[in-house]
Amino acid sequence: MEAYLDNSATTPLCQKAKERMVSSIENNWGNPSSLHEKGIQADTLLKDARKQLAALLSCNEKEVFFTSGGTEGNNLAVFGAAYQHKRKGNRVITSAVEHPSIQKAFDRLAEDGFEVIRIPTDSKGLIDLKKLENAINDKTILVSIMAVNNEVGTIEPIEEIARIVKRKNSPALIHVDAVQAFGKIPLTPKKWGIDLMTVSSHKIHGPKGVGGIFIKEGTKLRPVAVGGGQEKDIRPGTEPMPAIAGFFGAMEELKIKESLAKLTENRDYLVAELEKRDSVVINSPNDALPYIVNFSLRGLRSETVLNLLSDMEIYISSGSACSKGHKSPVLTAMNLPDDIIDSSIRVSMSRFTAKEHLDYLLTGIDTALKVIRKK
Amino acid sequence: MKEVLLIKNGEIALKGLNRSTFEDMLVKNIKRRLLASAGKFNFTKSQSTIIAEPAECDTDFESAVEALGKVFGIAAFSRAAVCEKDIDEIKKVALEYLGDDLRSVKTFKVNAKRSDKKFPMTSPEICREVGAHLLRSTPSLKVDVHNPDITVTVEVRDKNVFIHGNQIKGAGGMPVGSAGRVALLVSGGIDSPVAGWMMSKRGLQLNAIHFAAPPYTSKRAEMKVRDLVSIVAKYSGRINFAVVNFTEIQEAIKENCPEELFTIIMRRLMMKISLRLAQKDNCGALVTGESLGQVASQTLGAIACTDAVSDIPVFRPLIGMDKDEIITISRNIGAFETSILPYEDCCTVFTPKHPRTRPTLQLIEEAEGSFDFSEMIERAIENTRYEYVD
Repeated sequence: MEAYLDNSATTPLCQKAKERMVSSIENNWGNPSSLHEKGIQADTLLKDARKQLAALLSCNEKEVFFTSGGTEGNNLAVFGAAYQHKRKGNRVITSAVEHPSIQKAFDRLAEDGFEVIRIPTDSKGLIDLKKLENAINDKTILVSIMAVNNEVGTIEPIEEIARIVKRKNSPALIHVDAVQAFGKIPLTPKKWGIDLMTVSSHKIHGPKGVGGIFIKEGTKLRPVAVGGGQEKDIRPGTEPMPAIAGFFGAMEELKIKESLAKLTENRDYLVAELEKRDSVVINSPNDALPYIVNFSLRGLRSETVLNLLSDMEIYISSGSACSKGHKSPVLTAMNLPDDIIDSSIRVSMSRFTAKEHLDYLLTGIDTALKVIRKK
Repeated sequence: MKEVLLIKNGEIALKGLNRSTFEDMLVKNIKRRLLASAGKFNFTKSQSTIIAEPAECDTDFESAVEALGKVFGIAAFSRAAVCEKDIDEIKKVALEYLGDDLRSVKTFKVNAKRSDKKFPMTSPEICREVGAHLLRSTPSLKVDVHNPDITVTVEVRDKNVFIHGNQIKGAGGMPVGSAGRVALLVSGGIDSPVAGWMMSKRGLQLNAIHFAAPPYTSKRAEMKVRDLVSIVAKYSGRINFAVVNFTEIQEAIKENCPEELFTIIMRRLMMKISLRLAQKDNCGALVTGESLGQVASQTLGAIACTDAVSDIPVFRPLIGMDKDEIITISRNIGAFETSILPYEDCCTVFTPKHPRTRPTLQLIEEAEGSFDFSEMIERAIENTRYEYVD
């Protein structure tokens, strides 16, 4: 049996995504900008895909743009906002638990003279709203906070964050990295007062190499790449039709509410079973996104557990690479003790995860607890 | 224009009666490396120079030069143009062949070597003629006989004249294979590939032995070690790579021996296994990347304890080197980036918090004696996997 439980890293293609990709590769591979029939066909597909993305984000079709994925979307949001609005102010704010595509983008802003403030979190990974509120001033031009943390599944109160920013009367644009949240919980950026939101295809059973960004109508961004006018010059480059078609198919197949209910059951079952084992400590908060369960097997190095499970065809990811390697910055920011970080494991499920997979994982964990010598 | 490679051998030139054996070995090594990288070459030996002439006309000299730089036993080499033994021809070819190089520097000199004394001009005459011609054609250029940017060398030999610019420094050392075969213990860190490279430079062929401890160590860690072995093999030639499964033994040490002696006992057992594998493959010595005092298991006392296990010499070429000196070599041979990839290796799996730095052999032997490892050692040797790494 194989149990793929690393869906926050990437997911396999779903049926609809596969079908749409094959059909695009075979028949609808044209350049949407071409004036002839091949171009018109591609453009029609592109429009349908865009409509689908806009529907999922409850916004206008004109407000969504296709990108190459989460990293590019996050870079475009951060750099695009900061460089476009630098005349209005110099302060940019993010959290200490963001994905590297945000963290390192802010590192670069700091090198370029922006004042970067990183808001710390509590031990559940929730960002400190008081500190955020105090950090926002009338020179703040960007606040970028993730919707769901990729390592522990913590759901940040982004609606509340948007309210705080508005209350402080600052010119800041609000960006949300929603790569881990998209397709898993309902997202309504416009209603919440969010200006920019990044999503990705391959975390929701679509292909890699494609994603999207929501840009609220009227929001100005300085594009990172320049070129031939595609995506209204926000993200130029000939649209990769098979990838966009696959993303489209993956979005069509989503059943957010049903999946969330199923995953909540899965999560509750897994956590209850794990808690029966003495050395298990659950690191994810109770109200985290149920797709992600982060826990530690005290005394067992996560890399060793990962290797052993991998040999059993159980695929998870680890919180730290090895004794010499770097430790998870997220768990470190959450102030967890070293032995918890060293032994932390992330299980990330999808709507295709069945109870058998979890039972097999538990068998694997019991094997690990029995076989591996504690350090 | 016809091009050749002129290769000057290094220390071999100092050898006495068996010099030609060394030379033949070097030619064989060069031939194999050039064949793998650039194509077929034909070789002639003349005085202390090996002349490599491409067998096909569209040979990739860039790749050939890169490969030659990694062959031990070569002191220096150069790409040279071949021309007829005629002074006008020499002038023409020199300008054609080196003109671009000369235009990009400030100073030059001409150096002539006339081994064919029947050639009508003397060396100083050749220098003058060719120098004047190059000066006239390259207005920005000046002569500097003491510290030139480029030395244009004209070698008048029996059949042809060779013209070349600055020599390229070779890898030095002795031809691989001229000194026998040794087994390198390779962990995946910075030191062992450098140690292997250094011993290979002295003419040794390499076997490599790696200890893996799955699931404590990962497949990626093993792949990384294979990559490192492959980087060394670019210099040493093909390496016979052995992977020993060490898990059972490590767990047994962990459970049966005092914690502070864990690392030394582990290293002794690795040595024991390596010795057996080495003897099976006719390796005359073991090579390790140890450097005195670098870690607790590399103190004088600890090395004495591990050394006691081996009946054959243990070469430790890094013993007197500082870490930064080792890193410099690691970077130069292109291993550093791979060495620092963060994967667990078996040496760090159960590292004790406070390892004993001054163990005595008696203490270690007593601690080791509390458990009979012999069966596990036999099993590890029997289950060792082998592959060739190029």
